[in-house]
Amino acid sequence: MRNILAIAGKELRSYFHSPIAYLVTAVYAVLCGFFFYSFTATYVVQTFRMQAMGGMGAPPMTLNDYVIRPLFEGVLSVVLLLLIPLITMRLYAEEKRSGTIELLLTSPLTDLQIILGKFLGALLLYTTMVVITFAYLSALFIYGNPDAKPLLAQALGLFLFGSALLALGMWISTFTKNQIIAAVVSFAVFLLLYVFDWVTAYSSGMMGKVFSYLAFTTHFDSFAKGVIDLRDLVYYSSVIVLGIFLTARSVQALKGRA
Amino acid sequence: MIEVENLTKRYGPTLAVSNISFEVRKGEILGFLGPNGAGKTTTMRIITGFLSPTEGQVRVSGFDVVEQPLEAKRRMGYLPENPPVYPDMTVNEYLSFVGRIKGVPGSELKKRIGEVSEKCAVANVSNRQIGRLSKGYRQRVGLAQALIANPDVLILDEPTAGLDPKQIIETRELIKGLAGQHTVILSTHILPEVSRTCQRVVVINQGSVVAVGAPEELISRLQGYETVLVSVQGPAPEIMGKLQAVAGVNLVEPRDATGLRVTLEIHTEKGHDVRAEIARAIVESGWDLFELKTSGMSLEDIFLKLTTRDLSEEATAPALSAAASGGAPVEK
Repeated sequence: MRNILAIAGKELRSYFHSPIAYLVTAVYAVLCGFFFYSFTATYVVQTFRMQAMGGMGAPPMTLNDYVIRPLFEGVLSVVLLLLIPLITMRLYAEEKRSGTIELLLTSPLTDLQIILGKFLGALLLYTTMVVITFAYLSALFIYGNPDAKPLLAQALGLFLFGSALLALGMWISTFTKNQIIAAVVSFAVFLLLYVFDWVTAYSSGMMGKVFSYLAFTTHFDSFAKGVIDLRDLVYYSSVIVLGIFLTARSVQALKGRA
Repeated sequence: MIEVENLTKRYGPTLAVSNISFEVRKGEILGFLGPNGAGKTTTMRIITGFLSPTEGQVRVSGFDVVEQPLEAKRRMGYLPENPPVYPDMTVNEYLSFVGRIKGVPGSELKKRIGEVSEKCAVANVSNRQIGRLSKGYRQRVGLAQALIANPDVLILDEPTAGLDPKQIIETRELIKGLAGQHTVILSTHILPEVSRTCQRVVVINQGSVVAVGAPEELISRLQGYETVLVSVQGPAPEIMGKLQAVAGVNLVEPRDATGLRVTLEIHTEKGHDVRAEIARAIVESGWDLFELKTSGMSLEDIFLKLTTRDLSEEATAPALSAAASGGAPVEK
């Protein structure tokens, strides 16, 4: 555990020594802030209109349905598709380029300790992004009265979704010395996984089901609604474990053991 | 302390290291000598566990590097060809990170960092970012890193590459000072380095061991003749013919010629001093003798001889490499 923490601390430190951490969190904060503001402003305008028209018969508009849910459904996940590759691209690519991979792999650490340390370091940076999201949302509690319970599911969903991307991005980063390549390939893979459920639009058979199951989106929707579904938990945990496993295989292959 | 047995490494169809065996005794400094691309780095990477061998075994302090990698790695410090430093860390941060992953207890870490910084002369830059240091400092930070856990075994891949002459001397002194308490393998393609720092040499070429022994031992074993250099003013062909006739001279070869003066290299029979005869022959013929000196075979010559030996001479190889087993011809 001490070893994992040592690696995680090193990763976190190099994120904050370089502009990457600031850039990623700042971009995320700006985009997330803009979406949040847009949804809130639309909500306010629409509720005024509803009141002006009397609003008879229609169900009351809630902050949960009109601000928080759309924020999670669609927009934040797309921003993450773009930003997570920037977090994971350096994990192994940079070590390979600078030769420090030799230091890590000749230290008395297991491959898994190194991988988990790196994953944890990236996860801690990502957690600050999740925290920013909820810092915005907390404003709703000051001026409004949203239901707090769905937020738990949404926080968990956002966290798991990001973690899964981090694990896959880390794996992709083991293949190259070039961070840009790692980032571009990660983004392409994430985007594909994100739109996999489009297949259901034209293929209703087994293929459609499989692709739809593999898609990130399918499993994020119920979290966004505020529902924790065991199937989605299993899905994201599997992707995380798979990403870590593939990273371990790839690191083994680096040693010529494949 | 380090036992390498029948080590082979293939990268696809290319044979990088072919059936290498050697041993390093406790407290010894072993020089690993060979031209670029001979397989030095590959061998060192296998010893340190960075690469896995295709065949063969490596044991460090009795621990097999493949079967018990953590135990073996705990006893090893490794400086790769390019020092594995993180440019955004300060020297202190870096050494403390390496100390932690190498298992130096937290209570001793500060003391160890102080000791190795002192030893490797990086204490004065301990709070500077490594990326801003010169190559020489970075190299020494790399060395400090290898020493941080006070390992039994040190593997140094070209530790003096990229240093200026003063730093090279300092680094050599430092490495020499490590003998006794640490077992050291250092690789180099610079020959004087080996004769100055190492007690024993393994010469490797095209993936095979071609000779093993102390530097002086190698020289005496390989040198079948002695060399005399003469510098004479006169007609070169005639001089050569005349000298060839002197008893005890095996071969006369021109080295270089400037104007009328020629420098000749004369190979003579071993234990047969013919300098007086040569001088007499020249002077009696009326030519002017400018210089006459014996020249021992240098490690340089040995190295060239060993690494450029063609396959027809391969038959003599087993005799040269008594402890070495690298007899098999290597595919290129």
